[in-house]
Amino acid sequence: MKALKNPALALICLAILGFGLDFGVNAYIKLILLFATVNCLLSMSLNLVNGYTGQFSLGHAGFMAIGAYFSAYASTKWGFLPESMQLVQSFIFVIGAGLAAAVAGFLVGLPSLRLKGDYLAIVTLGFGEIIRVALLNMDFVGGPRGLSGIPSFGTFPFAFMFASVWLVICFFTIWRVMHSSHGRGFLSVREDEIAAEAMGINTTRMKVKAFVLSSFFAGVAGALFAHFTNFINPSSFTFLQSVNAVIMVVLGGMGSMTGSIVAAVIITVLPEALRPLQELTGVDLRMVIYSLALILMMILRPKGLFGDLEISDVWRKYVRRSA
Amino acid sequence: MQDFVQHLINGVSLGSIYALIALGYTMVYGILKMINFAHSDVYMVGAFAAYYFARWLGIENNPGFSTLLTLIVITMICCSLLGLVIERLAYRPLRNSPKLNVLITAIGVSLFLQYSGQVVFGADPKVFPEVMKDFVIFSIGVVEIRSFDVTVLGVGIVAMLGLQFLLFKTKIGRAMRAVSANPMVASLMGVNPDRIIAFTFIVGSSLAGVGSVLVGMKYPKIDPLMGMMIGMKAFVAAVLGGIGNVGGAVLGAMIMGLSEEMVVAYLSSTYRDALAFGILIVILIFKPAGLLGKYSVEKV
Repeated sequence: MKALKNPALALICLAILGFGLDFGVNAYIKLILLFATVNCLLSMSLNLVNGYTGQFSLGHAGFMAIGAYFSAYASTKWGFLPESMQLVQSFIFVIGAGLAAAVAGFLVGLPSLRLKGDYLAIVTLGFGEIIRVALLNMDFVGGPRGLSGIPSFGTFPFAFMFASVWLVICFFTIWRVMHSSHGRGFLSVREDEIAAEAMGINTTRMKVKAFVLSSFFAGVAGALFAHFTNFINPSSFTFLQSVNAVIMVVLGGMGSMTGSIVAAVIITVLPEALRPLQELTGVDLRMVIYSLALILMMILRPKGLFGDLEISDVWRKYVRRSA
Repeated sequence: MQDFVQHLINGVSLGSIYALIALGYTMVYGILKMINFAHSDVYMVGAFAAYYFARWLGIENNPGFSTLLTLIVITMICCSLLGLVIERLAYRPLRNSPKLNVLITAIGVSLFLQYSGQVVFGADPKVFPEVMKDFVIFSIGVVEIRSFDVTVLGVGIVAMLGLQFLLFKTKIGRAMRAVSANPMVASLMGVNPDRIIAFTFIVGSSLAGVGSVLVGMKYPKIDPLMGMMIGMKAFVAAVLGGIGNVGGAVLGAMIMGLSEEMVVAYLSSTYRDALAFGILIVILIFKPAGLLGKYSVEKV
């Protein structure tokens, strides 16, 4: 549990995990693990907007797409460092991808965050779709054919380390922000917008801030995704991807960082874990079960796995007490 | 100019299909304040119900008005049953939970219908039975008025007028409006909100059923994911006109159908999906409650 408070410790834990997993698991599981990190980034960043700030965004895939395309295009066209410095260069491009997504987040957020609830959801959904259609119509990024030949980060341990660095950056950035006055501002917007405004908080500004930070990490997630798969096209970033991100946040519990991580891992692993069932029955029941689980979850445990608690709180509350 | 008139007719025909689906969204939103994402999949199931019933009854190669009418009635029944079941099993247990949960459930139901549709009906597209012959009724110059367009518009208008009558001239319509305004007070007045909500789902879903037969007739290729895009656009149409407002839904759907047809005709067909959302965003930013919606300021 200490790793949740100390970035260096968290990174070391993840590094050990990465190098340990390099032996013993096959390429298929490795790819799933890498996707799990992408999904963790997505759900943590969306949690900032949906969970902490209480604004319902359904356009996360759009920002992910911008990040993915930026990094993919840059690393195939703008490489400026020698081959040996590949990882450093990738790091710079991933930051660039995040910034590009953040700018897009600002441009989208500024007009749309004046809306509330379902309207905001539908407008962000709209922006997400518009970004996708725009990419579909841009010839220099391949249009519907997409971009291929995106360089990867080397072998699995390096790719996993690279992703872990971003996981740690994302986790602690959001964690520290949530424990600063900005974070209190975000929470106050979620709890009661009118009261927050009466207390002198510029609510629109708070929402835009949360949105921009969230878009930044969505862009980073997209960039990692592009480098892991080596190929992207606009249909990787549909409405379903945004829905997936929302599902992860809600499943983990709105406003729980560790909850989002756990949920992201579950959501990534579950469809793969159900694969044997498909071989058994001969029909693809995975997504049927997945969607059914989602409905049941909402009815039986509406607050998600952790509610707004962190895994350390849950630990303290239930495990320690019973011991 | 003649081209333009032709596009205008096509646009209106497309718009009336959107309107039928948009009405379902707007009614559910008006009464429950939730986006029923599963609505577009009820529509999909309706198309498949029509397909299978037509084959079962042996009328798939028997185009004519009676075939159309039979299929519409059957599909309405199937869709309303499905809508009722969805409401009872998925939405009613969540009546008092936060909005986001209801929304996620709706998305879950939608995914469930799509994927089980792929399992049950198969993922490959099917050819919808020919329920009606497409012929030119009359033409002015090169502008052609086709039987499909007339049917779509005709059925659409009948359905909308029926709905208008139901909402404003009958007792249950009054109850529906009462529940929409304030469920608590409505229940104090002796209206059973649960029953009214179930009824709303029946009406909305059966309108989706009508829409599915009309779309199947006009674009005879159906697959389990057919509802996604058309549902999204119909929903946008409903928001555009002011959600919760019947006239607004029709107006928004017409704007949507016309502008889509014009964009495909004069710009590029790849932009047609972005256009819907583009219009929506512009409208919502300048008129947050939609074209005909009433904007209410939140008071403390």
